[in-house]
Amino acid sequence: MPTIECDGKTYDVDEEGYLQDWQIWSEAVAGYMAKQDGLELSEAHWEVIRFLRDYFQKYQIAPMIKILVKEIAKTMGTEKGNTKYLYELYPAGPAKQACRYAGLPKPTGCV
Amino acid sequence: MAGKVEAPVLGGKIEIPKVQYGASKDQRVIPAKPDLMQKLNFPSERPPDWRERFLEKMAEVIKKYRSVRLFLDICVRCGACTDKCHFFIGTGDPRNMPVYRQEMMRSVYRRYFTTGGKLFRKLAGAEDLTEQMLEQWATYYYQCSGCRRCSVFCPYGIDTAEITYAAREIMDSIGIGSKYTLEIINKAETIGNNLGLTEPALRNTLDFVEEEIKENTGADVKLPLNVEGADILLVTPSADFFATPHIESLTGYAKVFHQAGVSWTLSSYASEAANFGLFVGNYAHMKAINKRIWDMARQLKVKRVIIGECGHAWRVLYSFSNTLNGPFDFLDSRYKVPQHICEFTLDLAKKRAFKFDKSANDNFTVTFHDSCNVARGSRMGDTPGDQFTMPRELINLTCNKFFDMPEGTIKEKTFCCGAGGGLLTDELIDLRLKAAVTRMQAYKDVKEKHNVNFLALICAICKAQFTKILPYYKYDMEEVGGVHQLISNAIVLGAKEGV
Repeated sequence: MPTIECDGKTYDVDEEGYLQDWQIWSEAVAGYMAKQDGLELSEAHWEVIRFLRDYFQKYQIAPMIKILVKEIAKTMGTEKGNTKYLYELYPAGPAKQACRYAGLPKPTGCV
Repeated sequence: MAGKVEAPVLGGKIEIPKVQYGASKDQRVIPAKPDLMQKLNFPSERPPDWRERFLEKMAEVIKKYRSVRLFLDICVRCGACTDKCHFFIGTGDPRNMPVYRQEMMRSVYRRYFTTGGKLFRKLAGAEDLTEQMLEQWATYYYQCSGCRRCSVFCPYGIDTAEITYAAREIMDSIGIGSKYTLEIINKAETIGNNLGLTEPALRNTLDFVEEEIKENTGADVKLPLNVEGADILLVTPSADFFATPHIESLTGYAKVFHQAGVSWTLSSYASEAANFGLFVGNYAHMKAINKRIWDMARQLKVKRVIIGECGHAWRVLYSFSNTLNGPFDFLDSRYKVPQHICEFTLDLAKKRAFKFDKSANDNFTVTFHDSCNVARGSRMGDTPGDQFTMPRELINLTCNKFFDMPEGTIKEKTFCCGAGGGLLTDELIDLRLKAAVTRMQAYKDVKEKHNVNFLALICAICKAQFTKILPYYKYDMEEVGGVHQLISNAIVLGAKEGV
């Protein structure tokens, strides 16, 4: 099984780099994954990650993109509450890339 | 992760490439893990006697699906199909020519199932079932989206999709499966939808949509869930509850039902229209997924079942559901069973049940991409070809500016989005970009001629694929959306034209 090493720990990931167990996540994991992609995590990135994890804890799934957009608008201002801004933060797509950083499984289906 | 992928450069027209052997041999799906294979009643991994099992399964498949055997027998190698597949046009790999894709199965068929092949081997076009052959199957039967475009041009009507799906079924039976497709089948069968959306999450999402509509229009439009005794059960792809722009069409359906004044419901148990069982040619899984809809229609005592914007879901419900789980004979026979959301909306629109403000879509100049499984795998309405005219009529009722892409790229000859049939997965992004080149060329054509800036769709896979790839082609992802998104924009809530 592939693994990643960060923060002095080893984490199991799947073939696409998603954590096998979302509960053993730490902030260092997100930082490490972002660095691998050449991204530096800003407060805005963290806002998304925290929201995703909270939502997942409650519903066992990541939120719909529009729910995420609205949340960002609420916390960071309406000018940032749009899909484009989320793609600026997570160029590979907010659902997949942000979920991966947040330690959550990849959304499946026609998405 | 993967290296940088880029979209092909769009020339002025769709060009047939030079043949490049092995050009896309490295585009492979991620294999399903042993535990997932096992959950779906497949062998967890390839057994030592895989050849025997493969041939046993193949014998079963060609016996059960007589069409497959017929297609293997009747090809005359005329070559009419060779340049019709966008996977070939996009990659130049001859294994993506439909005839050559079929040849992988045909040569094994000749070798083990025909007298000529058994006796004369290569002279009769027969090939041994080797590791290398299996490797080719696992690669190129996952580079076909089962869109059936080639079958339109084949003088014998050979349907490569049937062969592709049969090949995947045979591979699954020896422990070789696609993670993407099988994970989805597992979620659909255990949770009720491809996403794995639980009932509380679904309710939360629907509440959100209700609030959005209220904020934007002031109207109290409801999205009911699990309501027994509702007249209509709407079954839609679960992407409609998650992704953008899919969600805009869900909003559209809700507004249409609201305005029509009908009672309707969604179901958390049957919260998926898509049926990936089709994509792996597996009758048992296709049946199990379809049964959820059938059971829920009965349990909720609805009179009608309506299917949202999903191409292959419509094909399965329209063409196969009766055979899979029996007829929906408990539904109200005065209505079409099942019914496509476009049929429902257009029927009432023609009776002037809705008022549309076309100017709400004036910032869009629209074109329409016919989804393969609707265009070639099923029908709508009462007369042949209604599956082409009905979505266009809906667009014209709700938009002022509509232009079709060039002939030969639409209607029955439509190109696939490049990611149908189980290929909408990240590891195939390079292939998906290349396979979309024909559609993108046609789109560019109408953009240049008519300033088109909106690609209207009636399929969740098409929506996800184009949203993903348009930016690679330097177009805005917001140019992608659903037909019911346009309806959602234009429908005037609280107002009726006639009735």
